[in-house]
Amino acid sequence: MNFFSHSCFLAARHLRALMRQPWYIAFTLVQPVIWLLLYGQLFRRVVELPGFHGASYITFLTPGVVVMTALFSGGWNGMSIIVEIDGGVMDRFLVSPVNRGALIGGRLLWLAVVCVIQSLLLAGLGYILGARFDGGVTGILILLMSAVLLAVGVGALSNAMALAVRKQESVIGAANFILLPLTFLSPVYMAEGLMPDWIRAVTKFNPVDWSVDAAREALKSHADWRLILSRFGFLLLFALLSGWIATKSFRAYQQSA
Amino acid sequence: MTSPQDLCVSDERPSWKVAAPALEANDLVKTYGLVRALDRLSFSVEAGTIFALLGPNGAGKSTAVKILSTLSRPDSGSAQVAGFDVLREPERVRRVIGCVAQKSGVDPEATGRENLSLQGRIHGLRGAGLRSRVAELLEQFCLSEAADLAARTYSGGMKRKLDIAMGLIHRPSVLFLDEPTTGLDPEARADLWEEVSRLANRDRITVLLTTHYLEEADRLAKRLAIVDRGKVVVQGAPEQLKGELFGDAIHLELSQPEPAGRVRIALERVSDVRDLGFEGRCLRIRSQRGATAAPPILAALESEGIKVTSIRIARPSLDDVYLRYTGRSFSEADSGTAQ
Repeated sequence: MNFFSHSCFLAARHLRALMRQPWYIAFTLVQPVIWLLLYGQLFRRVVELPGFHGASYITFLTPGVVVMTALFSGGWNGMSIIVEIDGGVMDRFLVSPVNRGALIGGRLLWLAVVCVIQSLLLAGLGYILGARFDGGVTGILILLMSAVLLAVGVGALSNAMALAVRKQESVIGAANFILLPLTFLSPVYMAEGLMPDWIRAVTKFNPVDWSVDAAREALKSHADWRLILSRFGFLLLFALLSGWIATKSFRAYQQSA
Repeated sequence: MTSPQDLCVSDERPSWKVAAPALEANDLVKTYGLVRALDRLSFSVEAGTIFALLGPNGAGKSTAVKILSTLSRPDSGSAQVAGFDVLREPERVRRVIGCVAQKSGVDPEATGRENLSLQGRIHGLRGAGLRSRVAELLEQFCLSEAADLAARTYSGGMKRKLDIAMGLIHRPSVLFLDEPTTGLDPEARADLWEEVSRLANRDRITVLLTTHYLEEADRLAKRLAIVDRGKVVVQGAPEQLKGELFGDAIHLELSQPEPAGRVRIALERVSDVRDLGFEGRCLRIRSQRGATAAPPILAALESEGIKVTSIRIARPSLDDVYLRYTGRSFSEADSGTAQ
């Protein structure tokens, strides 16, 4: 089907550019690495509180930082579609018979690949810093999948917004305004049992929470698969809904020409 | 009975026409907010020829190209490209057109070869067929040497050539070139002109060119339409349009300013002299046949003791055509709307 093949062609274009500038990945990882190193040290002893169930803080933190990185990668993904619109690259594709869905699909596929690379690098660093993944390969795969689902969902929304406002500044503003609060309204840094009630209530509706929950559970030695599957279900719904919104936004963009 | 309007249409589309029009725009209207970009724009282009939409910035040329290339929808009116309706069959239109927009659609981070390959893949080319077509175009546009360098390192002229090559990868029957030489140096421009005329002459591609360079339309187009404020004010072959203006312009430079009356008296006896105009030492004369009128004019001035330092005979330019049909000089309109 054209949607898949065209998405692959378009994703390959971004990936080739990425391979020419591999330091770009390193650049996107500067912040998460600082979180792993600093927060990992700073909060080392919070695991002594009840609610952390005994694991080391770096073991607790690593999947959280992986998911947070996925969230930010997704959140910023819309920036480059504005560059493409302004540069004329988008119009070049629109006058060709390229599958319209692939214009968003290709970007999300590219995002997914970047997210997998980032996640593996961060998990590796976490391991070096002392994190242990008892869930083994399966656990790591679930971690990757939950990070990717979150990134794709948030990425689709970021593109939808970029297509609606068409200004980089607005996307930067919105991303800054939304992404960090989403992180702190989730159990990325703090066990859910230790959150104030209202945050715990909000967290239930936060895709970041679903992603962290599934990943952390899968990395335990005895995973609760019902919990993982339910969180995956939510994430999948979120990604599909976001994708649908992005498609609508893209159609509106085309009509405004 | 033929009404004047019928006459006008038959004049523009001769009955001996061999091919169906490759492009046809009928009464296109497009408004952006309060601005009426197109105001019942109509024209048609014979297959295998270069047609120019000529007009100042903001005349509506790019909007017309956007509609014909399926990027934008008109508020009303219709258009066909290679026999397909742009509103009802946009997918089919996209398979037969190539498009080079004003903004480069080249991906700066990808190499020339990668840019071309991606376009080819989108159009369904694969494997060896794709590779050879890409190599062929790189060769044709003298980009073989730079083929594997990132496009951001290309000069303006190279980038524009790559843009055109990308538009040709699937052998389209219609090519849109929206202001293709804007921002290019004279050498790159001449180079591109050659390439574009070859596309029409050798490859029989129909080219719709928009430009605000009179010279460019004059050089390349078999026919052109002058567009002003979203309307076609006149269309025809460049020579025909210029021929409709009365005669040639003769520009004379005198050795010193002379009283107008004295010059008028001197030229009274010369036939085929009209519209005398003075600007300091410069004298402008309209004449049906500039070349035959020049010697008697010189002789008459000489006999009155008026010294001429130079003489120039010019066929009317498209600038004159523009002035006649819009009532404004072209450069005035161009700078006026750009503000």
